[in-house]
Amino acid sequence: MRLKKFLIFTFITINLIGINYSYSIEPDVFVQSTVNRASEALNNKYSKEEKIEKLKQIASETVDINGIGFYTLGAYRKNISENEISQYEKLFEQYFLKSFSSRLAEYSNPEIQVISKEKLNENYTMVSSILVGTEQRPVVKIDWRIYTKNPENPLIRDLIIEGLSLARTQKEEFSSIIQSNDGDIKALFSTLKEFIK
Amino acid sequence: MKKILITSIISLMLATNVSADTDGENSLSKKNSGQVKDCFENINRATFKFNQVLDGVIFEPVAKAYRVLPSPVRVGTGNALDNLSTLVTIPNNILQGDFKKAGINTGRFIVNTTVGVVGIFDVAEKIGFPEYEKEDYGQTLGVMGVGEGCYLVLPVLGPSTVRDTVGSFANIMGGDAWYNVTVANDTQHFSDFDYYASRVGSGIDFRAKNLDAFENLEKNSMDFYASVRSLYLQDREQKIANSNAITETQNDSDWEEIETQ
Repeated sequence: MRLKKFLIFTFITINLIGINYSYSIEPDVFVQSTVNRASEALNNKYSKEEKIEKLKQIASETVDINGIGFYTLGAYRKNISENEISQYEKLFEQYFLKSFSSRLAEYSNPEIQVISKEKLNENYTMVSSILVGTEQRPVVKIDWRIYTKNPENPLIRDLIIEGLSLARTQKEEFSSIIQSNDGDIKALFSTLKEFIK
Repeated sequence: MKKILITSIISLMLATNVSADTDGENSLSKKNSGQVKDCFENINRATFKFNQVLDGVIFEPVAKAYRVLPSPVRVGTGNALDNLSTLVTIPNNILQGDFKKAGINTGRFIVNTTVGVVGIFDVAEKIGFPEYEKEDYGQTLGVMGVGEGCYLVLPVLGPSTVRDTVGSFANIMGGDAWYNVTVANDTQHFSDFDYYASRVGSGIDFRAKNLDAFENLEKNSMDFYASVRSLYLQDREQKIANSNAITETQNDSDWEEIETQ
């Protein structure tokens, strides 16, 4: 009887570990797979509109848009109402997807190679990669901040291109817009709406 | 007087050209993730607009034409200009106490100037010299602990900070051997033109290398001025830290607060 219990317990434990293991995605594998998907989307067989739609789909699945949105708001996120947060989340998502896809859609068949990864803590891993150089542009170093709190569903939180953080740049841009309008967050909403049009 | 004025402007260009690589430091450093010190924002924004017009009329078209040149010509020009910049990098390596790099860069300059035909061919890289990293007097002041001061946008020359602008004056006060043999002293081998041409050439080379990136950034920015300022200052910060390790220049504290899973 005790042996039977032991076997059942062992079986369940092994299965649980197995399930957990099989669904955990390594951040570098995740980045390479995302890049491969984006490269396919940027193939010249698609029209620009098709490319943009495909890129938006990839971004929705692989980027922590909400997380980036909160980061980008900086200290202002602590001083706005629930209603404003909800409004901001919607606007930011539309802004991000438009900005992200139109930035990338300009490139055709970019070749990105993942080089290494560095685990910062349980929540973050930095994945290093290079954008292979062409006649028109040198090799570009790209680092990816991957949010790994849920290892089964890693998400991109920042791209650091040659040491320059896109999230931080966006955060300062938003901050500048708010500051130029006497700290009024609604000015940012208006600017976002204008951009999304 | 005119000569001094031109010299001052061009020398400033040297420093900000290094800065034009989007060199930058600001209060966004790892230790201090506060606000950008943009004390002269209104003037800076006006100057930025002026520079954009100037860029559209002169620099962008010239950079586009330059990019049509065959790749070996552009690479050779870039190499030769980089080679001249080592004359500013070496004294800064020494001032920063990095004697090893000073030695390496001296070797690089000698090899590239001779075997590499005045720097056109980067022979040093081919024979295994480590990757070249530019240094300037603004960076050295940063390494010595001098704060960046307020952000500045200089007419024609673009983004800078008070510290970097002050640092750039060292170039015309004997800190740049290339300036010394072209403008400061009559060596009969070089003329003032050689120096100014090299500075303008550096600006065009940089602009040509970043044509697409700037266009893309401008198109997708809601406040282009703020984006350029941020990128410039971040890059400066990274260069002063002399670190390629992203984790040493990125501030993680703000990210840690954000929970979405």
